[in-house]
Amino acid sequence: MSHKVVIPIGPYHPLQEEPEFFRLYVDGEKVTDIDIVIGYMHRGIEELSEHKHFDQSAFLVERICGICSSSHPYAYVLAVEDILGGEKNIVPERALYIRTIVEELQRIHSHLLWLGLAGHFIGYNTVWMWAWKYREPVLDCFEMFSGNRQHYGMSKIGGVRRDIKDEDVPVLKKTLDELVRAVDMFKGAVMDDPVIQARLKGVGILNKNQAIEWCAVGPTARAAGVNIDVRRDDPYGVFDRLSWNVIVETDGDVFAKTKVRILEMYESINIIRQCLEKMPKGEIDANIKDIPPGEGIGRVEAPRGECYHYVRSDGTNRPVRHKIRAPSFMNVASNKVAAVGQTISDATLTLAAVDPCYCCTERVIVLDKNTDKKLMNGWDLIKLSQKKTEDLKKAMGDNG
Amino acid sequence: MEDVLGRIREKFYEQIIKYEEKSPRRVYIEFAPQNIPEAVKFLFRDLNLRFATATAIDTPLGIEILYHFSYDPKGQMVSLRTFITDKKHPQIESIAPIIKGAEWIEREMWEMLGINLIGHPNLKHLLLIDDWPEGKFPLRKEK
Repeated sequence: MSHKVVIPIGPYHPLQEEPEFFRLYVDGEKVTDIDIVIGYMHRGIEELSEHKHFDQSAFLVERICGICSSSHPYAYVLAVEDILGGEKNIVPERALYIRTIVEELQRIHSHLLWLGLAGHFIGYNTVWMWAWKYREPVLDCFEMFSGNRQHYGMSKIGGVRRDIKDEDVPVLKKTLDELVRAVDMFKGAVMDDPVIQARLKGVGILNKNQAIEWCAVGPTARAAGVNIDVRRDDPYGVFDRLSWNVIVETDGDVFAKTKVRILEMYESINIIRQCLEKMPKGEIDANIKDIPPGEGIGRVEAPRGECYHYVRSDGTNRPVRHKIRAPSFMNVASNKVAAVGQTISDATLTLAAVDPCYCCTERVIVLDKNTDKKLMNGWDLIKLSQKKTEDLKKAMGDNG
Repeated sequence: MEDVLGRIREKFYEQIIKYEEKSPRRVYIEFAPQNIPEAVKFLFRDLNLRFATATAIDTPLGIEILYHFSYDPKGQMVSLRTFITDKKHPQIESIAPIIKGAEWIEREMWEMLGINLIGHPNLKHLLLIDDWPEGKFPLRKEK
């Protein structure tokens, strides 16, 4: 093709958790520039929150994301508790442990979801099916103690809304034991597979300097060697009382991002196990009634990175300002550097490596810029990505 | 670990209007709007603080902007505060030329509160549609 081609990806697109629109400018196979257009999911939640009272806002912000649905309300209650004098000074011990358990279970299910999708996009559908199969028991655990698979409604200013019952603990422990075996399998199947290594290494690199320039957070930053994790740096819950590791890689490519997420699941399992051992009996709620005037910052390490909430109170029962910054706000912008210079079959994977979800329909089309003729649809793009893996397999003499 | 707070106070002892340490990990430092770019540059380039985000607030006194920085080795949040008193035509110098990661949040501040960001490389709508009516700012208190 001699003429310039633009590939619009989105707004409704299988690689993205929310509708976003990427306009890839390509020269032959190479992506030369990228435009990122967001705003399709803007629901004015910051403004809405100014019209809810403090207790209601926790439910509101839970609806921001359907995957890290406990991180937003947690960051919000941390911000309000910052006004009240800090989480550690007001929240009962047992509630701190429950909050930590919910956070880490959420991380496991979110990382498994991502791993499955990544597997699908490179043509490893078995990884996809398995990852999602092992994600189900995690969601069952959530349902067991919160009543819901996704929106748990656990976070509350001053504590948690529901207790984890004694009879739930053995079920949780058993689920974790089975999960360790599943993660072991994924570690072997994904990280030691020569084809996957060839397919993911060197693809979609965001190096350390770029990650710092674009202020990337979470696994996207840690895969590039930026050693940050809110759980360790500005601890909340009981993270500072447990022993666990922050996973940091240096390559910044899709393989490093995969590795960070897989290894983080071990840490999460380890954290929950320690919580279940150490969790004391007692109250789960401090019954906070009034919020004094003031301002507070709450931040939580969501599965995708630092989730940031700023709340200002003027002494009434509603926040005067509630600023929310989700981790993807920083990470998606970094695609501007990670995707440029890639081939089309890698660009889709690179965009997905930041944060994908299969809740949207396939709406990717490749258009000829001069004629607007449709060249490829979403399925064609996924096939292109899968075909590259197949070619690699053949080249490496692996037919299984 | 560096004492970043000490270095900020030392470097800007004349420019700091108010210094509040609400807790050891939550510090708010007020500057005049014209001193913000220099302070941001010092925090981001010299002290290597991570830019988290910025919050713009419509207050009775004017438009207030908070630039939130994180010093991760100590888990400290350093928020630079500034007030723009001209609510009719609020404007401030953009920090996006210094920090790439600030480009989006400044576009959001521009469209949501009508703050003109001087020197921003790509000032256009981020979350609102392109044909959003001019002069309507969703996060302004007076509607």
